[in-house]
Formats: sequence, structure tokens, C-alpha cells
Amino acid sequence: MSTHFENLETKIEVKHFNSYYGDFKALRDITIDIPKNFITAIIGPSGCGKSTFLRSFNRMNDLIPNVRTEGDICLDGENLFDLDVVALRKRVGMVFQRPNPFPKSIFDNVAYGPRAHGLRDQYLLEEIVQNSLKAAALWDEVKDELDKSGLALSGGQQQRLCIARALAVEPSVILMDEPASALDPIATLRIEELIQKLKENYTIVIVTHNMQQAARASDYTAFFNMNEHRAGYLVEHGPTEKIFTNPEKKTTEDYITGRFG
Amino acid sequence: MTSDAYRIVEEAQIKQNLPSRKTKERIAFLFVWLTGFVAVAVVLWIIGYVLLRGMQVINLEFLTTRPQGGVSGKGGMSTTIVTTLYLVLFTTAIATPLGVGAAIYLVEYAAETSRKHPWIKKLVSLARSGVEILAGVPSIIFGLFGFALFVSTLKFNFSLLSAGLSGACLILPVIIRTSEEALLAVPRVYREASLGLGATKWQTISQVVLPAALPGIITGVVLSVGRIVAETAIFWVTLGGSYHLPENLNSAGRSMALHVYILATETRAFDKAMGTSAILILIIIIINLLINFTCRRLSEKAMGKTH
Repeated sequence: MSTHFENLETKIEVKHFNSYYGDFKALRDITIDIPKNFITAIIGPSGCGKSTFLRSFNRMNDLIPNVRTEGDICLDGENLFDLDVVALRKRVGMVFQRPNPFPKSIFDNVAYGPRAHGLRDQYLLEEIVQNSLKAAALWDEVKDELDKSGLALSGGQQQRLCIARALAVEPSVILMDEPASALDPIATLRIEELIQKLKENYTIVIVTHNMQQAARASDYTAFFNMNEHRAGYLVEHGPTEKIFTNPEKKTTEDYITGRFG
Repeated sequence: MTSDAYRIVEEAQIKQNLPSRKTKERIAFLFVWLTGFVAVAVVLWIIGYVLLRGMQVINLEFLTTRPQGGVSGKGGMSTTIVTTLYLVLFTTAIATPLGVGAAIYLVEYAAETSRKHPWIKKLVSLARSGVEILAGVPSIIFGLFGFALFVSTLKFNFSLLSAGLSGACLILPVIIRTSEEALLAVPRVYREASLGLGATKWQTISQVVLPAALPGIITGVVLSVGRIVAETAIFWVTLGGSYHLPENLNSAGRSMALHVYILATETRAFDKAMGTSAILILIIIIINLLINFTCRRLSEKAMGKTH
């Protein structure tokens, strides 16, 4: 099925997208519009291709041998398979399932992206590090110990450091692959609050296993399921409130009420 | 079903077998403790024996005069210390960049290039097994190879050059293998995080992967340094045995281990062989400590403070 929301600017436009691992079809004919400056949650049972779909947006699947795609994904109207992959990843940042700060100082973690893109000016770097850490709600906790290793932080702090690191390269889209699944409930809540704040400036796509999290933290929800050949497909996409209170498809209702998945 | 059905072992049975399980634990613990003790004791005994006997001939004069030659083994060992240091510097300077570079290719690029060209895949697996085999080949074989190629064919004669190149061949497989393992141990998520920020593959390797693998790579280099300091046979057939101070790469020389061998087999100065051995052990310890220290400082600088 296809979805387009009236009066909403589209950030990412996916048209008849298929993805294969070798002969295995992982995603089948996905067509979806991701609205700009909103939080879109992708939910669905394990193995339905949510992460594969998310990792298509920054072409992280390019790293895996034998991955092949069909169809288009357009970012601001440009087909991202025509873009240079390095330039694409500057525009589309990613936060991973497990916090993965580099074994470097907090400062060097955040400054890593800007430095990689050629920024050498120490004054500017310090400004970017400070702004990114503030935006990721971590500044107050670490401002006096920026030379401390990122690995010395707690799990929740590490994940906010990873968000700061992603923000520092000034992307317009942030992909989050179950960003709170390795965190305790309090750290999870802080990440969710942070995501709410970030949507003013970023388009956020978040994969989550946690129904409450999708219901709490997202504006739009896309529900994926898989067919008998284990190929993932889009069942339904709409405002989160509607998906969770009045879904159009029976499978959606069964899934969100916990009847399978 | 009652909850009793889930009980895999009756409590009475546990009470009964507990003493024998504990006895087994005590025996295992004793055995492990004993083997550890014996291993450490033997090593300490050897080092202690060599150091104690060596001390009897070590003095400032022994350290600062060169060997005199002859069957009486007169003189000190000054030139052999310098020659050993030259050898260590020369071999690691050649083998480290080559070995680390080869490991980077094997770990980071080989899979990608062999997908494009199947013949590269065959070449890579050939190289891999070659490295495996070479790492286990006795040093005298490398010596003979060095003698045939560098000393006679290329006419470098007995020289630091011949010995350094042969020594580099000897430690190259060691450095490749340890560096490969160190690179493989770097979590994939670091690479993904770096690429996800828009860094290029080379930036990812040089800024994230290599620094994270550095301790492992340095361990390989330390092992190699130890090997160069300790090897005798390979340098016997490539370095010659001259006790003069090498003036340039074309000079022959004598490393400490070689000096020990010559003193022990061709002279009556067994005590001086012990003295030289003692210094050799001390130098290996000092080199290890130095490299460990700089490695820790380097990694703290690169990785940030952990406390």
C-alpha cells in the first residue's frame, strides 16, 4: 500500500523498494513517504526487515556482500542510490542499537565527524562539540571532563554521546535502530525526551520493538510484517494515534495488542 | 504436575555428593596452583641463576670494552650491545610497516577485492597459508635463505644489511599474524559508526580501527624484538661474527646472542658467556618495559582517561 499525507512535506520518498540478500528477498515492494521534521516509528515482528529498511536510508547495507536493491529511495527529491555514499551519510546520521562510542575521549568522539569532513579549526570544533553535547542533553554531565574516555560513561550517557556524535555532522535525517533497547527504563525515558526535542530540526526514523515506545515517542507509525517467504512488507502507515487506536488492518490490531510478534 | 516434578536432583542426594564434589574442586585447585607455581619457579630459577653467575664478571669495564677475540675470550661486550640495538631498529623499521600494511589489506580489503576478482581470492588464501607456514619455520632456514640471496647472490656479504633483511623476513609473519588478529578483534560497530558519520574507509581504518588495534599490534612488535635479540643461528650465517663496531650497513658484526654462542663454544670464557647472557636478559626486560610504558601513554592519549 502507499501512503501520502496531505499538507506534509515529504523528506524521504520510497518507491517500490525491494531488497535482497543473495537470493533471499528481505523487503518486498515498499512504498512510503516519510514526513519532514516528524518522528516516524517502524514497528513489526522480529525478522520482518525493519532494520534492513532503516539501513537502506544511509546505505549501510552496502557493507554486506551480495545485497541488491530495486526501486528508488529519494532524499529531498534526489535518488540516494545516485549520491556518493560518503556525502549521503553526512546528511543521514545513524544511532545504533548498542551504544558504540569510539575508544576515544568524549571530545574526540563528538569532533570525529566534523574532523573527518575536513574541519581543523580548534575554536569551531569546540563550539560544535559544546552545541552537539547540549543538543543531546549531555553537556551538563560531562562539560568538566571532556578528555575522559567515552567508554567510561554509563550506558545511557554513552547513547546520548552517540547521538551528539551524529548531530555534530549536521545531518537532516537521523536513523535510530532500537536506540534504547540496551538501556534501563530511566535512561530510555531520557532518550525518548531527547528524541522529542530533536524533531524540531531533524527528521527522525526510529525502529523499535517496544510498542509503548512507539506509541509514546512517535508521530507516525509504519507497521511491517512478513509474508510466508519471510519477505518484509508494509502493512499500514499512518498517524501513531490512529495506528494504535483505530488501525485499518486486522494484522496491525493483532500485533499491537500482542496477539503475535 | 506438582512443583516436585521440576526438581532435577533430590536434596538428600545433594547432601550426599557434596563432599566428593568439594574434594574434586580442592584437587583441581591444588593441581592448577602447583603447575602455575612450577612454571613460574622454573623461569625465575633460570633468570636468577644466569643473573647471579653473570654478576660475577659484570662491571663497567666489561660493558664498555669490546671483545678481544681468541680462545681465552678476553675483553668485554660493548660492541655486541650496539650491534644488537642496530639489528632491532633495522629489522623492526622494515618489518613493522610491511607487516601492518599486509594485515590491513588482509582484514579490511581482501574480501572486497576478491569479490570483484576471483583470482585475487586464490592469491589471498595462498598468502594466508604462506604466512601461517612461515611463522613456524625455524630461523636457520631464514638464515640459509638470507645467506643464499643477500650474502652471496646480491653480494651484500656478512653485514648488518644482510642480517637485517633476513631478520625482517623472520619476524614479518609474526607481525602480520598478530596485527591481523588485533584488527579482527576491533568490533564491527566501530567501523559502522565511523562510516555512518560519513568518514571514508581509509579515515575509518586510520582514525578508529588502527588506534583500537594498536595494543595488539605493539604486542606483536614486542614479540618480534624479543625474537631478534634472542636469535643466533640466522645471524651466524648472515651477520658474520666480527667483534668490531659496525660502521655502516655493509659492516659485519656480532649480536649479543651470537656473542654468547661464540664464547660458549669457541672459548674458555664460560663466565663471560654468563655475564653477556645476564645483560641480554636485562635488556629484553628493559625493552619490554619501555614499549609497554610508551604504549600505555599513547593509548591513554588516544583513548581518553578511563578514570
